[in-house]
Amino acid sequence: MNVLIYLVPMALALGLTGLASFLWSLKSDQYQDMDGAALRVLDNDDVALDG
Amino acid sequence: MTETLDLSMFVRRHEGTAHMDLAVEGVGCAGCIRKIEGGLKRLPGVVEARLNFTNRRLAVDWREEELAASDVIAALKDIGYHAHPFEPERAEAEEARHMRWLVKCLAVAGFAAMNIMLLSVSVWSGNAGDMGQETRDFFHWLSALIALPAAAYAGQPFFQSALHAIRARALNMDVPISLGVITALGMSLVETASHAEHAYFDSATMLLFFLLCGRALDHAMRRKTRAVAGNLAALKAEFAHRFDGAELVRVPTVALRVGDRLLVRPGDRVPADGVVLSGISEVDESLVTGETARRAIAAGTNVHAGSVNFSGTLTMRVTAAGTGTLIDEVERLLEKAVTAKSRYVRLADRAARLYAPVVHATAAMTVVGWLAAGASVHDSIVTAIAVLIITCPCALALAIPAVQVVASGALFRAGVILNSGDAIERLSEIDTVIFDKTGTLTLPEPRVDNAASIEPGILEKAARLALSSRHPLATAVAREALERVPFDGAIEEPGEGVRAMIDGLEARLGSPAFCGADAAWDRGDGPGASMIAFSHAGRAVTLVVRQKLRPDAVETAAALRARGLNLIVLSGDRPEAVAPVAVSLGITDWRGGLNPAEKIAAIDALKAQGRRVLMVGDGLNDAPALAAAHVSLSPISAADITQAHADAVFLGERLAPVRDAIALACQARRLMQQNLWLAVIYNAVAVPVAIAGFATPLIAAAAMSGSSILVTLNALRARLSSKQQLVSDAAAVSDQFATESVS
Repeated sequence: MNVLIYLVPMALALGLTGLASFLWSLKSDQYQDMDGAALRVLDNDDVALDG
Repeated sequence: MTETLDLSMFVRRHEGTAHMDLAVEGVGCAGCIRKIEGGLKRLPGVVEARLNFTNRRLAVDWREEELAASDVIAALKDIGYHAHPFEPERAEAEEARHMRWLVKCLAVAGFAAMNIMLLSVSVWSGNAGDMGQETRDFFHWLSALIALPAAAYAGQPFFQSALHAIRARALNMDVPISLGVITALGMSLVETASHAEHAYFDSATMLLFFLLCGRALDHAMRRKTRAVAGNLAALKAEFAHRFDGAELVRVPTVALRVGDRLLVRPGDRVPADGVVLSGISEVDESLVTGETARRAIAAGTNVHAGSVNFSGTLTMRVTAAGTGTLIDEVERLLEKAVTAKSRYVRLADRAARLYAPVVHATAAMTVVGWLAAGASVHDSIVTAIAVLIITCPCALALAIPAVQVVASGALFRAGVILNSGDAIERLSEIDTVIFDKTGTLTLPEPRVDNAASIEPGILEKAARLALSSRHPLATAVAREALERVPFDGAIEEPGEGVRAMIDGLEARLGSPAFCGADAAWDRGDGPGASMIAFSHAGRAVTLVVRQKLRPDAVETAAALRARGLNLIVLSGDRPEAVAPVAVSLGITDWRGGLNPAEKIAAIDALKAQGRRVLMVGDGLNDAPALAAAHVSLSPISAADITQAHADAVFLGERLAPVRDAIALACQARRLMQQNLWLAVIYNAVAVPVAIAGFATPLIAAAAMSGSSILVTLNALRARLSSKQQLVSDAAAVSDQFATESVS
């Protein structure tokens, strides 16, 4: 059971990382325009096909 | 005379750049994003343009020395989009903040619930197997470490609301929730310290997670409808022509101040209450009083916001709101009606008032019972807390919000936007529907009544010619145009009509004399009708323009009657104008010529008989009646004050949303009651188990999730069956968005 000594903190740290990244994405307004984000990815402007 | 557009009230300045928010019409595809943002960024001076596709809003930042606000709108118009500036409401910003807070709480509760469940499952399987006491204690302490801070943070929405209710000496669902969570955590902590087998950290955090899901969804739905309502308001916002000596400036009506001099052209709506300085005209006050006959006005007459100027150009001065005798009366009545209205106690709160004392008494009796049976104080208290945890109103607290979310989504698709949260519950209780006539049973704008008897080709030519005139009668004719292209070289003769060359021959639209039509017009065709003539190539036709019934008014009235509802028409228009409408709808109970006070009196009389009244109305004169009724609806074309007092607003030309709203509300009510019964049955099974002392954390967790899922699935049935029931569907609503943007 000694394995728990590092597995448990690791599991918690991973979970907290997930929580922190979700809170970060919330803070940076990534959920403000869910439909728009889905469509913007189709935009070819950054490939400069038609300038 | 030059005309400039003044949008300064919508522009916010920050560190040398100007910012404006716009509601954009016609955004429908991925290409629109690039077209709008790209098009704007090419303008000199634009720093940033960002379109929010979800709520169809555009935020633009630009340097003011290089570009004016009106240039931004003009540029968008060139690309093919109508944009309307608007000031984001403070309520909307407040709700966005609240939503973000709820989602944060939800994330924390979700994280905690998942991690604690991981530990709990190990403990449960360990209890059956060979887990040592040290390991179990370690896992319990770990759970406590996660659960306590997480619950302290994520439980705030419930704790705050519970505190608020207790301070007001009331009970809401959050009181038993908070009590359950806090006792569960406290008891688990004590149990962990004494190396006991069972801890309920998992139940407490899972409960918070489920409830926050429900709450966040409820809030998201409300925000969505609020955003659409905000856009529609921006679309509807009107401009006034302010005349300050030399220059004519177009300003948004919200920016008007007392004392401003305004110019009101024929066909314009009077933008504010005021007094006429010069000019002679007639105004159509159907939106204000419900009266369809026009009123003659001259210098010195008071005019009300919302009336349509008919024939002559007017100049007027804006006076303080509420100076007109009518507005005064409406405001006084409104205030009285709003204060007289008793606060509606929602189903959920009524359930909480019943539920909380029963559960808490049961828990108390469990302690007493076990003590009497000779159990130790510790065991008795633990069992009592287990009762509290297992009855913790997870299913009960989700039972109503889950239905609320699904039902308001279905209403939204049917073209009904809710203003108040409890409208669904109140709507399901009604037994009488009172309609206003003008603008509610009839279309808000006059139409060509005899369109069917006119040759389509001729009607189309008349309608296209009408596009060149701003006269209200011509505007009504123009609505018949299939192809909205005006003829070239059309000339308007003031007071006469409009003429143009079509296929080499002169065509005229206007007064019968102007068109050489048979002037012998018999007025027996009913009150409120006006005539306009069209001539082309030696042929002349007369078009009858009047307020027409909404296209599905007859079917909707029949359907409402079939539901067992009493239908009544109360109108401010003359009785002889109301009678034919009531007769054609088969409504025998109607009254005309009512002022706002008489409408309220009629509603109060019905209330005294124990009736629950739905009032549907649009005019300014209906606003007090809407506030006095049990629940109220108004069409999107309604006067602003009226719309603000309606519990819900419906879109479109059809009356079907009224019927859909009632049907959906009744169905939602049924589901809410079913859900409450499901919760009661669940408790009836689970509580004896807990009282007997058999409720382990595993049973508590399974029971809680099981009942929550059951209740949520039951709520989703509203979505499934509403799809088959709805008369007005999403397509009709989106059509309406399109047509409203054209007109």
